[in-house]
Amino acid sequence: VRIALFVTCVNDTLFPATGRAVVTLLERLGHTVDFPAEQTCCGQMHVNAGYPREALPLLRRFVRVFGAAEVIVTPSASCAGMVREGYPRLAARHGDVALARAVAEIAPRVLELSELLVRRLGLEDVGACYPHRVTYHPTCHSLRVLKVGDAPLRLLRHVRGLELVELRGADECCGFGGTFAVKNAETSAAMLDDKVRCLLDTGARTCIAADNSCLMHIGGALRRRGELVRTLHLAEVLATTEGSGAA
Amino acid sequence: VREKARHPLPTFQDGAKIALADGQLRRNLARATEHIRQRRAAMVGELPDWEALRDAGSALKDRVLRHLDAHLVELEAAVTRAGGQVHWARDAGEANAVIVGLVGAHGAREVVKVKSITTDETRLNEALAAAGVTAIETDLAELIIQLAGERSSHILVPAIHKNRTEIRDLFRRALSLPDLSDDPRDLAEAARIHLRRKFLAARVGISGANFAVCETGAVCVVESEGNGRMCTTLPDVLITLMGIEKLVPQWGDLEVFLQLLPRSSTGERMNPYTSLWTGVRAGDGPREFHLVLLDNGRTRALGDEVGRPALRCIRCSACLNVCPVYSRTGGHAYGSVYPGPIGAILTPQLVGIDQAPSLPYASTLCGACYDVCPVKIDIPDILVHLRARETESRRMRPVGAGLERPTMKFLARIFASRRRFEFAQRMAATLRWRPLRHGLMVLPGPLQRWTAARELPEIPRRSFRQWWKGRG
Repeated sequence: VRIALFVTCVNDTLFPATGRAVVTLLERLGHTVDFPAEQTCCGQMHVNAGYPREALPLLRRFVRVFGAAEVIVTPSASCAGMVREGYPRLAARHGDVALARAVAEIAPRVLELSELLVRRLGLEDVGACYPHRVTYHPTCHSLRVLKVGDAPLRLLRHVRGLELVELRGADECCGFGGTFAVKNAETSAAMLDDKVRCLLDTGARTCIAADNSCLMHIGGALRRRGELVRTLHLAEVLATTEGSGAA
Repeated sequence: VREKARHPLPTFQDGAKIALADGQLRRNLARATEHIRQRRAAMVGELPDWEALRDAGSALKDRVLRHLDAHLVELEAAVTRAGGQVHWARDAGEANAVIVGLVGAHGAREVVKVKSITTDETRLNEALAAAGVTAIETDLAELIIQLAGERSSHILVPAIHKNRTEIRDLFRRALSLPDLSDDPRDLAEAARIHLRRKFLAARVGISGANFAVCETGAVCVVESEGNGRMCTTLPDVLITLMGIEKLVPQWGDLEVFLQLLPRSSTGERMNPYTSLWTGVRAGDGPREFHLVLLDNGRTRALGDEVGRPALRCIRCSACLNVCPVYSRTGGHAYGSVYPGPIGAILTPQLVGIDQAPSLPYASTLCGACYDVCPVKIDIPDILVHLRARETESRRMRPVGAGLERPTMKFLARIFASRRRFEFAQRMAATLRWRPLRHGLMVLPGPLQRWTAARELPEIPRRSFRQWWKGRG
């Protein structure tokens, strides 16, 4: 399948290894990856912070850049959620019928990585090897906006050597919430504190998730405390094979 | 919700700071919300048609809201037919004036109350006190709050922030029972003895309402303790204050809500007491029944198509119990009688966004509230909508709009062009926070709040797109 990669602005700039991992993984599985270079940001931050008007040009841009793609994959559940759930609303409320139609047409073709692999391509074993004790944090938007269910866990369970430890209170938010982390910094830190405690209780070496923004939040606290536990995007685990070393 | 104040409500941030610093409060909240959450999950899990019930509940409420004008007139006619009297109140002041007038006309110096959240919204107790009337809260948790001189922190469990030792100490003091133990049975018995005397003496009872049936004029109160039943049956005069959105068209519609409500709120298959009354009946219950219908900002919310679903709320409080923000801060931080996720979308709509500008931001948009809402209110969607309204209202103000809007506009311009975006990426990769680390630049406010508890992410030297280009 020819797959267009929407890497997201955060991954492109701060977590390029995640984008590289998606490319490595999909090509290993025999697919062709496109990277439309005109892509920038989906506008999620603007919409969620209360600036939908500023986000509209970004929505139009996304439609223009990815309109021709058959399948669009993104290693971010919250950005996928923005396009699939947020865009149709934004376009409808803006009253632009043509835009709403274009969005309705493109939205279902946007898949988060685990959705693409498990639901669209019917894969659970992607031939990865990651011989470590890990735990998985299901990010809010993967769970409750995209409803990816256990797709990421199915993928992880088929990774060779990987020991998956259950995370207590897994489905509770880590406290990131975009601008929430700075607007309500104290509450955010209290939530983060509990998430980190549950994480450390697992004894896992790595915390995996489908969103680098949440992992940036969790990882930021782990590093602040000098913990050795590290955070890693799902794509990077799945891209790792025997002999390729740690992603 | 307060009466239209000249000054906005205290901000959520300030309230949260106070709550977060209270370790006992956080432990009480964590334990209590976790407990109710588990009970709800078990009770909802056993119904195979739960999702269909939620659909039915939300559809029924939407239909009521769409034809609210006609339904309200229908209800008024039905209540009047059954021997009750209907009063219309545009705002809190009007509602309180009606009720204080009715109480005064019967010469009552003391009234018993149940299901008080709407009367908390109008601050009825203060209005009664000003008229020399003492209001006795009879819901056990409400009584605790009243004796402590505090405000409710939870819709269903107003005293959720208190544990039983704290309640024992309060009762010892307030009810003059120096030897009282902290056994829940002893605590309940102390309250029962205290309240029984009040019930038997009261000539006027005041209640809220969970539902009113337009077709028949029946009013419904659901509760756990039976104190509500006493309030609505023992006094000669019963006054019910109800928001105009609490209607159901037909008697049969209660079937849906009497399943949704107890499972969502207390995590029970059925609540212990469901009281229904239709007007008055000779020789049975109160001889006079007054229904006060309150607007107080509800038609304002009704006029906002995106915000309107907030009026579907049946006050179950399931959203509070699952909210990771509420379970850390408790209800007082929301500065309103409607706390938690529902409060964050209801309060700004009732009092005006300029009066409660911090509330729509009191959420990470995690969506746990939407998942459990029995009437499927998409709370995150309404939060985002209210944020947009809030930033718009700030734009209208010439001063104090802050740097957020210019920053957002600046970022939107960067993202609007590949060239500008790539330039910004290269800048970030070159500087890599160095001006901040070397003290050449002061960390701007938002970043300071980030680094209070977390490290900034490393900025890699090469972006993804540079790597992609390099592959050829």
